[in-house]
Amino acid sequence: MILKGSSPRTSLFWRYTVLILIALIFIFPIVFMVVSSLKPNLQLLSDTSSLRAFLPVGDISLNNYIDAFKRVPIGLFMFNSLFITAVTLILGIFVNSLAGFSFAILKWPGKMVVLSILIATMIVPFETIAVPLLLIVNKLPMIGAKGFKIGWLDTYHVQIIPFIADAFGIFLFTQFFRDIPRELVEAARIDGASWFQIYRRVFMPIAGPVVATAAILKFLAMYNSYLWPLMVSQSEQYRPVMVGLQYFFQLNVAWGEIMAYLSIITLPVLLFYLWLQRAFIESIASTGVKG
Amino acid sequence: MPQSPLETAMPVGLDHFKDKQKEALAGWLMASPAILLLLTFLILPFLFAFYFSFTNQRLISPNPTEWVGLRNFSRLLTVRTFSLEPVADPTTGELVRDEKGAFSYPSLRNYTRNNPDYPHLDGLREWRSWNWGNKRVYLLASDVVFMKSLANTLLFVLIVAPLQAGLALILAILINQPLRGINVFRTIYFMPVVISMVVIALLWRFIYDGNNGLLNSLLSLITFGAFEPIDWLGNPNTAMGALIAMSIWQAVGFHMVIWLSGLQTIPSVLYEAASVEGANQRQQFRFITWPGLRNTAVLILIVITIQAFGLFTQINVMTRGGPLDSTQSIVFQAFIRGFEKQDIAGGSAISVLLFIIVLVVSLVQRYLTRERRL
Repeated sequence: MILKGSSPRTSLFWRYTVLILIALIFIFPIVFMVVSSLKPNLQLLSDTSSLRAFLPVGDISLNNYIDAFKRVPIGLFMFNSLFITAVTLILGIFVNSLAGFSFAILKWPGKMVVLSILIATMIVPFETIAVPLLLIVNKLPMIGAKGFKIGWLDTYHVQIIPFIADAFGIFLFTQFFRDIPRELVEAARIDGASWFQIYRRVFMPIAGPVVATAAILKFLAMYNSYLWPLMVSQSEQYRPVMVGLQYFFQLNVAWGEIMAYLSIITLPVLLFYLWLQRAFIESIASTGVKG
Repeated sequence: MPQSPLETAMPVGLDHFKDKQKEALAGWLMASPAILLLLTFLILPFLFAFYFSFTNQRLISPNPTEWVGLRNFSRLLTVRTFSLEPVADPTTGELVRDEKGAFSYPSLRNYTRNNPDYPHLDGLREWRSWNWGNKRVYLLASDVVFMKSLANTLLFVLIVAPLQAGLALILAILINQPLRGINVFRTIYFMPVVISMVVIALLWRFIYDGNNGLLNSLLSLITFGAFEPIDWLGNPNTAMGALIAMSIWQAVGFHMVIWLSGLQTIPSVLYEAASVEGANQRQQFRFITWPGLRNTAVLILIVITIQAFGLFTQINVMTRGGPLDSTQSIVFQAFIRGFEKQDIAGGSAISVLLFIIVLVVSLVQRYLTRERRL
């Protein structure tokens, strides 16, 4: 769509003005966060009454970061977050693509019923099943470093295994595999390839875009998850970064430290996004193409 | 393929049958890890919630769990209207008025607390009330907080779904212009989507702060100090609006990108032809862009609706349902009751109701937006 202006020059000027104003709306809280993380508490709170809120002026230092590191074991929490996210992401792509392949390509009795149930589960918000899920994982057996025990609380398992399979991921892979020409399958069958070999050697190598989509959505969901880790990680050892926020609201609330911590935990996801931003946006766009 | 008469059909058929069996087995095996995981960690908890909603299950209770039928649901959903006549003077029969000329009414409590003549009102509380002629009409509910959460969530969905979809479309059209550096803007508009809602909600507390929050400062700057500061999250009239604005700000980039993908599937030839025919901007949007976006529009509407019904994190971090229950939401209530109050049955009943509501709304949306063929 091309907007009409009196002259091409002024039209261009107005178009960029509009784009920049909107960009300011989207970016100002993030600028505020980073700038505030450099200021002492009192200055941070008083600066919000003027444009100084967005400028690194006054008593600027990295003290908040030092204090935040003292208050919270950030290294441990960051490791936990990245470990949980990475493991879930990798296992999730395997499990969901395998199921997607089965739904899209193979014929088996009951397939359509199972697929419709899976799609119906997408309308259940996680928070509404969180409590029954907690009761279930509390009764499950596990074998860990300390031997056999009942109950998954305070583990990595409990933050990973329930989130490996997801209906939306399966749906994405099913949609994508459906559009791959049947001849590829027939040719491989004639060559004597097993179904698993076809999945691994024929389908997965061309599934790059949908793998990116699934990976990115899973990364965001896992790294940003808050409620479930809060419910299941009672000891510090297994806590991810989002749960670490709690530490800043106990005792004296220091907003400078909070801003520093928010900046630290937002950094990985922002870097990941800026690095992969084309894939990020294209992947989300691809979820809409099929309608 | 011509078959030689020496080959009988039998072995081929058997092979074919065996192949089919193998395929079905492979199909089950390959889908089974995902199915087992979803059964255990999604469908089973949901069935548990369904079961609990018909019991009096609590997290820790000395009494065994009992089947209570639909009691949890009737406790949530009972709504009645009730009207009171103004008090009349017993001797003259005239209606009593106070010094401002208003009628006075008997206390509602007389009817809703252990009154044997009004058993159907027992335990109900006032949700809304208004005057109707001389009468005072009450809308009573057995669970006023839940009713408020239901009304708030529906309001949230009704405002957010069209507004967010519309704004996302405007952004998508802006970002679809062939301008230098347009990718930078696309990247920035999308940025809030990748940031945790917990982080965003904490940041927006500074924007909405009642004393010198960023929004108050900005409004005061624009009006040269004439603006009276508002405690956006602390005022029952503004709290929900504040949450709606922030929620749209966070998620609009996601739907912008989906619209954008829809826009880019429309062949540019159509626009060129329309220009040649002398169609103006509005006509081009009306007759080319909008029809081309039909499927995208349906998808976006359904996705936003489902997401909006899940309203939780913002409320948990920013308002906890307050002030005066003005920001209670269904999911927040389900979680608070099930987890913090350990009333698993009550929380589960809310979860089941939400599931039914979202399912019905999704089906209605799909029906209304179905392809109409002449």
